[in-house]
Amino acid sequence: MINLTIDGKQVQVKENTTILEAARQNGIDIPTLCFLKGINMAGDCRMCIVEIEGRKGFATSCIQVAEEGMVVRTNSPEILEARKTILDLILSNHHIDCLTCVRGGNCELQQLAKKLNIREIEYEGEKLEHEIDDKSPAIVRDFNKCVLCRRCVATCKKVQNVGAIDCTSRGFTSTISTTYDCSLNDVDCTFCGQCIQSCPTGALREKEYINEVWDKINDGDSYVVVQTAPAVRVALGEEFGMKIGTNVKGKMVTALKQLGFDKVFDTNTGADFTIMEEANEFIERLTNGGVLPMITSCSPGWVRFAEKNYPELLDHLSTCKSPHQMFGAIVKSYFAKKYDIDPKKIVMVSVMPCIAKKYEASREEMEVDGLRDVDYVLTTRELARMIRQANIDFENLEDSNFDDPMGEATGAGAIFGTTGGVMEAALRTAADTLEGKDLKDIEYKEIRGEKGIKEATLNIAGKEVKIAVASSLANARKIMDKIKDGKCDYHFIEIMACPGGCVMGGGQPIKDSKTRATVDVRKLRANSLYSIDEKSVIRKSHENPALKQIYKEFFGKAGSHVAHKYLHTSYSKKEKYEI
Amino acid sequence: MEKVKTIEEIEEIRTKKRAELDLRVNLKANTVEKHILVCRGTGCTSSKSPKIIENFRKIIEEKGIKNVRVIQTGCFGLCAKGPIVIIRPEDVFYAHVKPEDCEEIINTHIVEGKLVERLLCKDIDGTLVKRLDELNFYKKQQRIALKNCGIIDPEVIDEYIAFDGYKALEKVLTSMTKEQVIEEISNSGLRGRGGAGFPTGKKWSFTAMANADQKYVVCNADEGDPGAFMDRSILEGDPHSVLEAMTIAGYAIGASQGYIYVRAEYPIAVQRLRVAIKQAREYGLLGDNILGTGFKFDIDIRLGAGAFVCGEETALLESIEGRRGQPRLKPPYPANSGLFGKPTLINNVETYANVTRIIINGANWYSSIGTETSKGTKVFALGGNVNNVGLVEVPMGTTLREIVFDIGGGIPNGRKFKAAQTGGPSGGCIPEEHLDTPIDYESLSKIGSMMGSGGLIVMDETKCMVDIARFYLDFTVSESCGKCTPCRIGTKRMLEILERMCEGKAKPGDIEKLEKLANSIKKSAVCGLGQTAPNPVLSTLKYFRNEYEEHVMNGKCPAGYCKALCNLKIQPDKCKGCGLCKRNCPVNAISGEVKQPHVIDTSKCIKCGTCVDKCPFKAIVRG
Ligand SMILES: Cc1cc2nc3c(=O)[nH]c(=O)nc-3n(C[C@H](O)[C@H](O)[C@H](O)COP(=O)(O)O)c2cc1C
Ligand code: SF4
Ligand code: SF4
Ligand code: SF4
Ligand code: SF4
Ligand code: SF4
Ligand code: SF4
Ligand code: FES
Ligand code: FES
Repeated sequence: MINLTIDGKQVQVKENTTILEAARQNGIDIPTLCFLKGINMAGDCRMCIVEIEGRKGFATSCIQVAEEGMVVRTNSPEILEARKTILDLILSNHHIDCLTCVRGGNCELQQLAKKLNIREIEYEGEKLEHEIDDKSPAIVRDFNKCVLCRRCVATCKKVQNVGAIDCTSRGFTSTISTTYDCSLNDVDCTFCGQCIQSCPTGALREKEYINEVWDKINDGDSYVVVQTAPAVRVALGEEFGMKIGTNVKGKMVTALKQLGFDKVFDTNTGADFTIMEEANEFIERLTNGGVLPMITSCSPGWVRFAEKNYPELLDHLSTCKSPHQMFGAIVKSYFAKKYDIDPKKIVMVSVMPCIAKKYEASREEMEVDGLRDVDYVLTTRELARMIRQANIDFENLEDSNFDDPMGEATGAGAIFGTTGGVMEAALRTAADTLEGKDLKDIEYKEIRGEKGIKEATLNIAGKEVKIAVASSLANARKIMDKIKDGKCDYHFIEIMACPGGCVMGGGQPIKDSKTRATVDVRKLRANSLYSIDEKSVIRKSHENPALKQIYKEFFGKAGSHVAHKYLHTSYSKKEKYEI
Repeated sequence: MEKVKTIEEIEEIRTKKRAELDLRVNLKANTVEKHILVCRGTGCTSSKSPKIIENFRKIIEEKGIKNVRVIQTGCFGLCAKGPIVIIRPEDVFYAHVKPEDCEEIINTHIVEGKLVERLLCKDIDGTLVKRLDELNFYKKQQRIALKNCGIIDPEVIDEYIAFDGYKALEKVLTSMTKEQVIEEISNSGLRGRGGAGFPTGKKWSFTAMANADQKYVVCNADEGDPGAFMDRSILEGDPHSVLEAMTIAGYAIGASQGYIYVRAEYPIAVQRLRVAIKQAREYGLLGDNILGTGFKFDIDIRLGAGAFVCGEETALLESIEGRRGQPRLKPPYPANSGLFGKPTLINNVETYANVTRIIINGANWYSSIGTETSKGTKVFALGGNVNNVGLVEVPMGTTLREIVFDIGGGIPNGRKFKAAQTGGPSGGCIPEEHLDTPIDYESLSKIGSMMGSGGLIVMDETKCMVDIARFYLDFTVSESCGKCTPCRIGTKRMLEILERMCEGKAKPGDIEKLEKLANSIKKSAVCGLGQTAPNPVLSTLKYFRNEYEEHVMNGKCPAGYCKALCNLKIQPDKCKGCGLCKRNCPVNAISGEVKQPHVIDTSKCIKCGTCVDKCPFKAIVRG
């Protein structure tokens, strides 16, 4: 243990604790901006400076490790003044328009300005003018709001090992940019949106489709169907001040109905379809000598990553579409036919925790007979904005249920939203199929939890099946390099682009740096999904009654010709840079 | 690979070569030979010294002259008088030599034994100087780091060996323990010449104490300080002294690999280093079994792209590792985690250049030179409004006045001294009242400046101190790496305020704002660049605050330098009506009849100052 004094208070902390952590553990808060625990510890912004007795200049509390006997001051008048000057400088180069900014109210810069009681900008001067990059279908970059904290750069590099963005130019003109300053659309970005999650300001944001969706709801002609992904329900409440991980499924469905959607469906049912198809594909490959390991394909960020980085390994990817795409295709075919609705009038809106799904929905391959599977993808955050716009008092809403006939999904569909969930769900179905019985032991605990790469060897129907689960693209790269080097003996791999899976997707409510440092957001949201599963009566996809009915009426069986037409897709090499 | 030379073989070369080269250092050398030394430093090279060498050699061959050799050397220091040719042993010194002059020098000096008077140099007092050491410029200098510069051919390792070269390495490898080497360096009182003045022995000992399977020795030859060229001259004139010192450092700290990080804009230095490394390897003075002692050390060159911040040691390491040259946060210090995360010793070129002398002559000798806290000598690049522009090496404790007036020969054009700037963009301006400060690390920082790497710019009364501060800030703003907020945005805001002042657009309160921001940046920036960037502002604010106030409150530039704040005026009582100004004015702003006082139409005048320079009667003033 290390003893030190912070603001006159004697405190004791573990070795290798930073001054910032030591202070926070003892009820003293130090403002930060560039710090993002475990990801960005570069000491760039200088917000967190403190005084250490006997040292010249200020120390960087987010990096500087506490030492025995240190005497630290975090709030001397000089420190407060210096921090104010630093913030003043940042603001002097900031296009301040909080009222119209997507992050107004949830912006770390805005919070700091409030905390430090900034009333005017003292050091006004030249402001850099940046063009807004909104070419991609998924991400908008507005560097007029960038504070150059480089949290996005560190995230893209360290968490995702993509490195699509970096700091270019020098000095005052430093900017976060891409190769040759291209649009994010034209470089190796995967649209995972993790950089948005890391950004303290409105410099990075999703491309909003709220107005388009309102127009469709209000045009009186369209039949607007909405579906919501599993991870949305355990995060949406956070946007309305509820506890992290609260399951707000019932309120969410009520809200969606009040917003005016014609039908409110559950993507979890789509997930059940994905499992049916994927488990079947896996068994096929396993028993008929197909390409192994088979890798899941429900994370479009991951798919884009694979297409750009490992084009030679694309036949390892399952041909299954992701759940919401499958679901969209089913709604515009089976559902439309059954209820005699003109499929051309159906507008399919997906509410997703995901940024990449905006891109996925726009992929050429994602249509059947000229009908787009999904027309608009909204993020959890955008849904919250719509709910606020419609003056809905979310917290006090009654619960309601998803609409029939796609009805209630299984517990297997729910856990899709967390890392390991797709694999677990698929195993439940695959094991039952291979063993030919209704197995009772259905919780695969070895592939739950926060580890980036999880491995297990299972015995299914007398066969040894090696599986792996990876989340984050950095971990994906590790696995893919192993496959490339021929050093991989797995049979089945689940890969999610976002670290922790969709519960931590790029479209989820954004948590500030301090929350991320002190609360395990992933765990809270994931646990909530696991408890949905636990409480579900039906916990295996193939036992979903609605699904069984639809297979009977429409697809025949998993992997059938019809199923392929609507539920499967293909991949192709994508150039890393389109310059 | 050649066979590694033994200590005996090196000694043999030394004895033989030393006798041969006696005439280089001994006026009374007993020889019929003459050596024509031609400076091949960057300055003289760019004014055609290679051609001079070629011409000399051609003429000598054509005329069949015996016993005369033409030698290229490093910089003599008086670059402003270059190209320089020196003939030894008589030590006659010819300045501003042109390739066409070679014939005359050979005919008159070599053949007839007479001086070519027109090429001799005049001292400030007008006396004709024959010998180098008669020049006031050299009188107060003491050359340790520059010892071999201008004496040996830097591309011939034997010449280096002749003057005790590699003797220090030999001594270290055969008779000293690592601890003894470090102790000797510590006792000498040598401090880093790269700017911060950290005790070199201490740094060596920290790096020696760090535990690791691999350590590195790095030489910082980035020298980005505008106007500085000390390190370049050492590398160009005496590259082996740095190689030898790095090898000694490698032995002392337990490293087997060294890197020299040198800017690509120093092609001659790079080439000389390449030659020197090759020769040292051939002699087994670098490599696996140095001098047959089993000690292993090698050195490679890494080229820098010329960003000033890459001279900062951690940014330099980032750059060697192939990343964007951006400082790292310290701690950890390079001594514990440096290049590729390994303990790394980083010293400046000039720091290394002192090491061999300390080993040979002893710590006591070295520490007898200089002041209480700063030992030895320091090389300065003397520039600006001073008569003798060039490179000078003086003992620590020499006063600024001695450097500016005795060595530098004072201010040209009869103008008055206003300030001396040391430490480049990190330093400050020192006013007249502090001219008698003995120069050392502490005294300079006490008066608001710093030693820095050794730039020394003299400014006369026509210079505006606000503009000088603006100039340096402009430099830092363009060199900021952009990593941290105070430097990235703060220095830019300081520059904007200074620009406002120089343009007459300042607002009341700007001085206080500037000062507050300066003090804040000093304490909160990440690296030395940002931390010292405010120094030129703070020091000028300290000594020349009234100039700032004049700019801000009264819209006046007292030095008459800031164009926006002054008008040019012809003083009617002094104007003789010669019309020269009128003819030279580029915008026809001057009118007047012959022999009548002329006038300037201020609405047309662009304040270019041409007329001021043209007027033979000094009738035109700024104000
Ligand atoms: C912005 C900046 C530029 C620097 N440039 C140089 C340089 O060009 N050469 C140099 O030797 N040291 C330079 N330094 C100092 C180095 O960081 C380091 O202190 C020095 O190389 C250590 O060597 P020394 O102890 O022998 O002086 C610079 C420091 C800063 C902050
Ligand atoms: S990024 Fe933050 S501070 Fe800037 S305009 Fe948006 S909300 Fe306001
Ligand atoms: S979306 Fe993902 S891949 Fe693209 S820049 Fe952001 S973090 Fe990198
Ligand atoms: S885009 Fe956001 S995360 Fe990236 S540097 Fe700018 S403010 Fe920071
Ligand atoms: S992990 Fe989930 S949220 Fe992230 S890209 Fe994949 S599907 Fe989208
Ligand atoms: S002080 Fe300037 S040069 Fe140094 S790290 Fe900060 S921005 Fe870069
Ligand atoms: S050059 Fe001087 S003296 Fe001649 S006209 Fe102009 S001001 Fe008068
Ligand atoms: S420097 Fe610590 S939060 Fe930015
Ligand atoms: S370069 Fe020739 S004297 Fe300096």
